[in-house]
Amino acid sequence: MSLPFILFFVCAGLAILGAVLLIVSREPIHSALSLILVMVALAILYLTLGAEFIAAVQVIVYAGAIMVLFVFVIMLLNAGVEERTNWSQMAKYAGLPLAVVLLLEIAQWFWRSPTSARAVNGTPEAHPTHALSVLLFRQYVFPFEATSILILIAILGALVLAKRQE
Amino acid sequence: MNLVPVSYYLVLSAILFGLGVIAFIFKRNIIAIFMSIELMLNAVNLAFVAFARQWNELDGLVFVLFVIVVAAAEVAVGLAIVITIAHNRRSLNVEDVNLLKF
Repeated sequence: MSLPFILFFVCAGLAILGAVLLIVSREPIHSALSLILVMVALAILYLTLGAEFIAAVQVIVYAGAIMVLFVFVIMLLNAGVEERTNWSQMAKYAGLPLAVVLLLEIAQWFWRSPTSARAVNGTPEAHPTHALSVLLFRQYVFPFEATSILILIAILGALVLAKRQE
Repeated sequence: MNLVPVSYYLVLSAILFGLGVIAFIFKRNIIAIFMSIELMLNAVNLAFVAFARQWNELDGLVFVLFVIVVAAAEVAVGLAIVITIAHNRRSLNVEDVNLLKF
């Protein structure tokens, strides 16, 4: 076991642990904290994949801004313990087996796929963040501007929806 | 040098996505359901980054940035809807929001 494998398995274990805790915890605030654990573990995995800028954005935007919004709403609404009585019968008898089958199928397909079996190799970019910014502001400049309009619309929509109707 | 095969990252991504689907089905709290959607988006992002690293193409990382931006917009609008539902129904349980239920 070399160091990259140990790092990968520690981070993967933390991510899966966080996802399982998200499912089993009954308080929404505990779910939010375990989701932050998943996001930080994924940020470390992005670092090992050579995507430093994505790792920074993951921590700043996802674990920072988005999860703070979640925690803020949980505290604002005073969300208590989730009651776990009558599940939908369809979810119990069709949904759960379908979710397990989906998981197994995706994992099996990825595992058997011949192109993904080889190790990560090839020379990485010398300055990946620089190359990423060139790609983002040249080739993908139109989708980039479109996302700014999307965010503007989202801000207006959130304002209209959250406003108390008189 | 990174020696971990890409398929390990992809299997982890599949496991996280499956756990997100299970959480989406099982959780009754509307905020927890939103968080399971975020978990699924994170799993997809991991697959994007792993493929970008495998083929040495940075386009996958651009897509990850767009996914993060759209997730932020989705959370802003979705949590506004959650606040409205919580004010109208006095509850965060999705079982209580059944006006359109079949």
